[in-house]
Amino acid sequence: MFWINIKRIIRSGFVNFWRNGFVSLASILVITITLFLIGSLIFFSAVLNFALDELRNKVDINVYFTTAAPEGDILALKGNLESLTEVSSVAYISRDEALAEFRTRHENDFLTLQALEELGENPLGASFNIRATETSQYESIARFLENVGPSAEGNSSIIDSINYNQNKVAIERLGRVIDGAETLGIAIIVVMAAISIVIVFNTVRLAIYTSREEISVMRLVGAENRFIRGPFMIEGFLYGIFSAVVSLIIFYPVTAWMGGATERFFGGINVFDYYIANFGQIFLIITVSGIVLGVISSYIAVRRYLGGKYYQVK
Amino acid sequence: MIHYDKVSKIYSDNSIALDDVNLSIEPGEFVSVVGQSGAGKTTLLKMLLAEERPSQGSVFFESVDIHALPHKHIPSFRRRIGVIFQDFRLLPHKTAYENIAFAMEVAGRTDEEIASDVPHVLDLVDLGNKMWNFPSELSGGEKQRIAIARAIINQPDVIIADEPTGNLDPLNTREIIEILNKIHEMGTTVLLTTHNKGVIDALRKRVITMDKGRIVRDDKSGRYVL
Repeated sequence: MFWINIKRIIRSGFVNFWRNGFVSLASILVITITLFLIGSLIFFSAVLNFALDELRNKVDINVYFTTAAPEGDILALKGNLESLTEVSSVAYISRDEALAEFRTRHENDFLTLQALEELGENPLGASFNIRATETSQYESIARFLENVGPSAEGNSSIIDSINYNQNKVAIERLGRVIDGAETLGIAIIVVMAAISIVIVFNTVRLAIYTSREEISVMRLVGAENRFIRGPFMIEGFLYGIFSAVVSLIIFYPVTAWMGGATERFFGGINVFDYYIANFGQIFLIITVSGIVLGVISSYIAVRRYLGGKYYQVK
Repeated sequence: MIHYDKVSKIYSDNSIALDDVNLSIEPGEFVSVVGQSGAGKTTLLKMLLAEERPSQGSVFFESVDIHALPHKHIPSFRRRIGVIFQDFRLLPHKTAYENIAFAMEVAGRTDEEIASDVPHVLDLVDLGNKMWNFPSELSGGEKQRIAIARAIINQPDVIIADEPTGNLDPLNTREIIEILNKIHEMGTTVLLTTHNKGVIDALRKRVITMDKGRIVRDDKSGRYVL
């Protein structure tokens, strides 16, 4: 009997979905808009994260060593730095590399190259390019470097200069901008998601409100609550599935159209490529959201009319 | 079989729908309840369907206090009663066949039983040819006959008909009453409320007259007297 009941509930849900065509269409439309919004939030957060990462990657500090600094000390310091949790990466540019880079940069500048030749020795010191895991951590890294003791062999410090102090204000401001953008992004996502859930819930409630007389008749005929609620939940499930498919289809041309613009504007992220590359994940999020929204809204909306033993539709 | 024991219903605005009603109905009886609008007829029936709770007193169905039944037993209890309303109350998105089949489905009947019983009962109310029509495609009399077919399909112990002819012309009224009479002759208890003097006078069955929530007359073979 259990399976017969399940079969009847599912069949009834499908039939009602089809016969209440207009109500189904209206519900699908609203849920589609909601899912489109949820999808847009996924793209929005992807673009935002990408843009913020780009910004973060632009922030770094350089440490210049004196020309006399022994390479062993420098590499030891590199090891120390890399063991710090705040440090994400340390790129070491040796004196020779710095010189080679200098030469390529000035390959058309004959006078400079000639002056370099006349010096006879490499005037450039080695340097580190350090990136922190968080923008706010540059200050502590800079402080760590300032406390690096003098070289083992001499009395003077091996560090010539650290450019953090020159860029301090800019780095701190950028850090605040990134944090602010992130908080704002999360706030927008939460608010939009909440609004869309409320809209879907109310639409489904209205759809079921039109069936309240039917529900009271079913009760009087002696239908148990699961028999009344079941088909509505199946309808909600179908709303979710259809809406998910429609919004996933709409995303295809929309992201293709916006792809070029986002790539130019945010430097590197193409939402169309992102959509195609992450389709599985986006498909799952949108479809599950649609089904959950449809089914739960239906469940809650019908419960209102199944209420207590003596509940009556006035 | 049905027993109202000192039943009163007072609504929150202090209006009295039922006032100390005592009433017993034996199995197989055909009881008509008459009275002006607001006399308490419909409230009386709703008490039996567990749609409303009495403010005082109890309603018994075969010695079971209906309003002491746990919530989960209400659906199976209601399946022992067939209900017919003035406004038909068919499920608008289901065909005539499906409306009747629904009552059987909720009673846990098999698909085979449904396939054999529904056409049979539709023939009984002379609507075999309208099986696949939706309620909106049927006349008032036809809708009421579908509603009757739905009410009797599970062979209930009692049929409650709340002004079933209120929206029908005289010809359809006569047909509906004839069908109810037939159901009664097959042994089902029938509880009918009506405003129709002609119906009551023609039936010559037990008549209960209500006024302001009280039973003022109870005649074994009564006429419509107000």
